[in-house]
Amino acid sequence: MPKIVAVTGNEAVAEAFRQVNPDVCAAYPITPSTDLMQRFASFVNNGKVKTEMILVESEHSAMSACIGASAAGGRVITATSSQGLALMWEELFIASGTRLPIVLGLVNRALSAPLNIHGDHSDGMGARDCGWIQLWSENGQEAYDNTIQAFRIAEHMDIRLPAMTCMDGFIISHSIERMEYLDDEAVKNFAGEFRTLNPLLDIEHPVSYGPLILPDYYMEFRRAHAEVMSKVSKVVLSVAKDFEKISGRKYGLFETYRLEDAEIAFVILNSAAGTSKDVIDEFRNKGIKAGLLKPRLYRPFPYEEVGEALKHLKAVCVLDRADAFGASYGPLYIDIAASLYPYKERPLLINKIYGLGGRDYLPEHAELVLNELAETAKTGKVKTFKEYIGVRE
Amino acid sequence: MKPKGWKEVAPGAVITEAGSALKFKTGSWRAFKPKWIEENCIQCMFCWIYCPDMAVKAKDGKRAEFDYDYCKGCGICALECPGKKGNKAIVMEEEGK
Repeated sequence: MPKIVAVTGNEAVAEAFRQVNPDVCAAYPITPSTDLMQRFASFVNNGKVKTEMILVESEHSAMSACIGASAAGGRVITATSSQGLALMWEELFIASGTRLPIVLGLVNRALSAPLNIHGDHSDGMGARDCGWIQLWSENGQEAYDNTIQAFRIAEHMDIRLPAMTCMDGFIISHSIERMEYLDDEAVKNFAGEFRTLNPLLDIEHPVSYGPLILPDYYMEFRRAHAEVMSKVSKVVLSVAKDFEKISGRKYGLFETYRLEDAEIAFVILNSAAGTSKDVIDEFRNKGIKAGLLKPRLYRPFPYEEVGEALKHLKAVCVLDRADAFGASYGPLYIDIAASLYPYKERPLLINKIYGLGGRDYLPEHAELVLNELAETAKTGKVKTFKEYIGVRE
Repeated sequence: MKPKGWKEVAPGAVITEAGSALKFKTGSWRAFKPKWIEENCIQCMFCWIYCPDMAVKAKDGKRAEFDYDYCKGCGICALECPGKKGNKAIVMEEEGK
């Protein structure tokens, strides 16, 4: 029987890791993911898991150790945030290019400088094109569910790619919510036995990892990687179907909220989607047809499905919790624009940058943007394509 | 041999075949070429031990000629060579001279 609990996002992801009981974990503490790993380390220390915990001197080493352990043939996890993920950057490509199904719990936090420890998406967005699968989570329940599903997706024999699950630092990682834990047995059976592929420790079948691939073959390997990525969304959906059977909770490539008959809509990731849905309800009560799309599988991005879901709208605002510092639109906006570009008839598309460095995203922000969208839909005129909200002049 | 297409390459570039480095000839990378001067060779076999590839050949326990197909011209053999009475048995020469 599922257990109803009141826990933080960090607690929930640590619990998912405990239930999956991986072989190896290499990690280095960094706020706000420290508490996640601290909890998992307690499970290791108290004999609740059989995981070998490798304490390293940096995140660069943490991901390197994860790569080694994964190539050796183990089920491997880690967690990090912000500068930690940035320090892992070169290893992230090695993990994905070598097709190692490592699962990483990313607790989203702003990047320095200026130094900030609070939640925004600049860390995950910086790593969006490193060949990893990314699943984004609105709340602790989704982070827990995504973490459990990430193992099945990453380890699928057609995929074998690393996956990171993302949740907002502090807003989710440190806030207590009501959620449901699955039985240990149910999670264990769902994750299944880890299946190896060319493990280094199989000394009967020696293999070499990490060869030099020059211009004569490099592009073929990258093309093959892209092909594997194109199969991910199908696996994500089939794993979600199995997950629904044990949890009763439904997951897709993205969530739509009152979108089908909507005329205006938000596209927004993670925790701020919750606040936005409340405000959308208020607008619906006023007779304004507002809706929302919240990406879940952000890498590989389901361009066609997202385009189909949004094409009928009159005006859409993509809200980004990461910036390109004025040099470009927010990363999510660029993906949504690319999703809609193939359609002749498509919504007017604006971009708002919000919530950087943990700045509160408030219902009044959502109201302002929805009012602007309603006006844009009516007049067919865009006031400003990209704007910052919740910032002092 | 026809180069493989992207559908045929091994997942993660993992090599499952032993000794496949034999197929990867790197001699064309060389800018300097080691030259073996047999009369200065004391058969210490340091060059055979130190060669990071397989460019130094041995035959019947004795030093044989270089296999230039695998020599990148790193010069380690020439550096380590003790030679005979101050005369090196391996010297590096510029390619194409």
